[in-house]
Amino acid sequence: MPRPLLYFLAALAASIGVSAISGQLDPYLLDVSMGVGIAIILAVSLNLVNGHTGQFSLGHAGFMAVGAYLSSTVTLFLGPALLGEEGGNALTQGLLFAAALAFGGACAAFAGLLIGLPSLRLKGDYLALVTLGFGEIIRVVFQNVEVLGGALGLIGMPAYTTFAWVYGGAALAVYTVACLVNSTYGRGFLATRDDEIAAEAVGLDTTRYKIVAFVTGAFFAGVAGGLFAHFKLAIDPRGFDFTRSIEIVVMVILGGMGRTAGVIGAAILLTLLPEILRPVAEYRMILYSLLLIVLMLVRPQGLFQWSKKGGQP
Amino acid sequence: MLTVSDLHVSYGAINALSGVSFTIPQGAIVTLIGGNGAGKTTTLRTISGLLRPRSGSILFRGESITTLPAHTIVARGLCHVPEGRMVFANLSVDENLSMGAYLLRDRERIARNREFVFGVFPRLKERLRQTAGTLSGGEQQMLAIGRALMGDPTFLMLDEPSLGIAPRLIATIFEKIVEINRSQGITILLVEQNANLALEVSSQAYVLETGRVVMQGPSAELRDDPQLRATYLGGGPVT
Ligand SMILES: Nc1ncnc2c1ncn2[C@@H]1O[C@H](COP(=O)(O)OP(=O)(O)OP(=O)(O)O)[C@@H](O)[C@H]1O
Ligand SMILES: [Mg+2]
Repeated sequence: MPRPLLYFLAALAASIGVSAISGQLDPYLLDVSMGVGIAIILAVSLNLVNGHTGQFSLGHAGFMAVGAYLSSTVTLFLGPALLGEEGGNALTQGLLFAAALAFGGACAAFAGLLIGLPSLRLKGDYLALVTLGFGEIIRVVFQNVEVLGGALGLIGMPAYTTFAWVYGGAALAVYTVACLVNSTYGRGFLATRDDEIAAEAVGLDTTRYKIVAFVTGAFFAGVAGGLFAHFKLAIDPRGFDFTRSIEIVVMVILGGMGRTAGVIGAAILLTLLPEILRPVAEYRMILYSLLLIVLMLVRPQGLFQWSKKGGQP
Repeated sequence: MLTVSDLHVSYGAINALSGVSFTIPQGAIVTLIGGNGAGKTTTLRTISGLLRPRSGSILFRGESITTLPAHTIVARGLCHVPEGRMVFANLSVDENLSMGAYLLRDRERIARNREFVFGVFPRLKERLRQTAGTLSGGEQQMLAIGRALMGDPTFLMLDEPSLGIAPRLIATIFEKIVEINRSQGITILLVEQNANLALEVSSQAYVLETGRVVMQGPSAELRDDPQLRATYLGGGPVT
């Protein structure tokens, strides 16, 4: 069996194992670790776009919102009809949740395709501007759609998200990105980042690479959104604002742009940081921001990286 | 093999090419010379599909490639070595070469091309695992040419292969260019500011000035042209 697949299956088994004993774990710890897992999915998927392929997307929270809202519509509005009076058993609930996550991811991917097709053809920083705009527009849209709760948001989603779902999703995201990037085909992502003109000159369709990266990234952001919604059980548009997008971008940058292990490390660290700073209460966010600035200044090449330039995944 | 007719290209409001025409016969080395900003790079980028011309046409082996996207033009055997060491800096030498054969499916052919590249540039074989960004300028230029050769081109366009390279290495690179042309029958369009050398290795030459062809003819004749000597060859005596 190929090594990456082996790792993937091992990670999957481990997350199911931990999930089985989650009843005995400290609820606070479990809560935090779920947040960490969701952050890993977001960071690793954005890393495919911003790190490996060298584009600059600022709209990851927007895709997360699409996934969160649309997966919730499945479990909230279709769930009762599909599962019947008693609410179904573990298996049917699991299937419904899988379908909801896939639907949320697919809708986010479709949104990614719609905004990626026109903007990725252009060279330069158009993607940053377009994704920035997209993130804000999507937030305003959800704020104004009454069936989706408007500004108050959606509540009452079933608590389907477990440790196994989160870390299974994270394992799938890491595995997918690794398979994409480490294949012969996948060297094209890195080539596109290194030099777009040279990549075109050897016959790469760089636009297609960028779109594949962007749409895959959006899909996993959507899945992360679905997991988030069925973990917090209440979502509102403000939870997916620009700050959230920036947070994910920072994880990718501090992780070393294109280094999957580094990006996972940064996702863990940046999610834990506000928790660690909890005792200092009101100064928490100020300290957090200051720490970020210091980290960026001291380690611009990435937290876990000692050579100058980003490279191997 | 390649016929460019009345090419007009602009960057926004700036006209870079205003009516460039030339023909390149099969098997030849043809050079395009001219000073800074004459439009040489623009010409190559337009031929390889990286830029769209405002008007004019480009025929390659009798078929129009004027509006084709870059990657489909490469697939027809027309390969462009861009100006200024454009290697994939974070990939290894080996991976760079593999990217050059991106469009080929036949493993045997890829292996044969690789051997040919190592024959021309033995240095690359020694540096196979090295990250391309850490190669010297001359080595990067070899890699850029080698990468282009991996794709089995029938027509190769080189944009200033001597740029930023030690004089000692320039002679080597030009020898290799001639070798590639002779041994594989690859037609070559060579863009150069180093007009002396370019005229020496080529059979035909075109002189570009502010987006227009101002002089053309057999390279040997242009080398002796007093006006051209004064402008591009430093005005020195015929060597
Ligand atoms: N991306 C661009 N945007 C705007 N103008 C450009 C661009 N690229 C080139 N130009 C202009 O087009 C003209 C032709 O440029 P080009 O790069 O083709 O010249 P060149 O002959 O290759 O010069 P050099 O020998 O210095 O490489 C120049 O006046 C240049 O300023
Ligand atoms: Mg040039």
